[in-house]
Amino acid sequence: MDINKIDQIIDGHNSEASSLIQVLLEIQSENRWLPRQALERISERMDVPLSRIQHIATFYKAFSLVPKGRHEIHICMGTACHVRGAQNILNAVEDHTGIKPGETDLALKFSLETVNCLGCCALGPVIEVDGQIHGKLTPPETAEALKKYE
Amino acid sequence: MSKILMKIDGKEIEAEEGMTVLEAARTVGVNIPSLCHHDKLEPYGACRICTVEAQKNGRSRLVVSCVYPVEKNLEITTRSETIDRARRTILELLLSHAPDSEPLRILAAEYGADKNRFEKEPSFCIHCGLCVRYCAEIKGLHAVGFINRGSKREINFVPELVAAECWSCKECFPLCPTSALQAAYVFTAAQVSEIPVFEGDTD
Repeated sequence: MDINKIDQIIDGHNSEASSLIQVLLEIQSENRWLPRQALERISERMDVPLSRIQHIATFYKAFSLVPKGRHEIHICMGTACHVRGAQNILNAVEDHTGIKPGETDLALKFSLETVNCLGCCALGPVIEVDGQIHGKLTPPETAEALKKYE
Repeated sequence: MSKILMKIDGKEIEAEEGMTVLEAARTVGVNIPSLCHHDKLEPYGACRICTVEAQKNGRSRLVVSCVYPVEKNLEITTRSETIDRARRTILELLLSHAPDSEPLRILAAEYGADKNRFEKEPSFCIHCGLCVRYCAEIKGLHAVGFINRGSKREINFVPELVAAECWSCKECFPLCPTSALQAAYVFTAAQVSEIPVFEGDTD
């Protein structure tokens, strides 16, 4: 990630230490993950110890310290989706992408996470790809849906 | 500073406002066991070993003495069957992390804690935070901090700071009740060649 872009985001918050999480969130959404050099730059510019930034960046699940894929897949494993076969959907996604929950493939195409409810249980089993909901899926449909992403 | 009258183990004592129960007890020579307390550091309340019974308005409950402020007419009991049972369980939980820690074994012998009661989870760190807080509050270096959360929480050194500062300080080393800190230091040194580990490493 470009150091000027990081500086720009920090300047947008007047380098105030209280805006640390906001800055981290902006870099996360811009870059999809938080590179080490970005954390060091924040530490330097915002006068927050690096150990504290690491503490916060590893505490919240919204932040990632490792590269994420271009498309983020969230598979709902909540009760409603579970009874409607979420495990089969998960297996289908794992087969298609070759990765397990929490992982990212080498080509940085997909990242996979399981979640506990997406809030639309009537559509179960549900997956969410880049914020878009795919509901009432069967394993073949899931593989089909994922083929559209490049 | 106004004086506060209270009782510890039936003894009338005078404490100063703003003190914690643990500090007040130590001024009159009553010993309460503690693993995460340090005189120079802010109260933290991590290990819960210093749990005591506090009676107020005829009610009694378990409180953590190192973070509980003294108050008027408070009656503290520092040893009872209830307290011993609570401390025993806390010790057993801590022992599942660090079964061979010296301070834990001494306390375990006193309270009859069984180190095999819970399944072993040998992270060796009991999250007392002494190293993290000492480095931040006293030294102002922030070379060691916590990462992750919940059951995955652990201490983590910042390699660049370790290379620059730690070898000449090492003041946190004797504070650690389990030696997990020293292990984390050596682990960091194994990843960064500039960090010395043995006496001969520095010229």
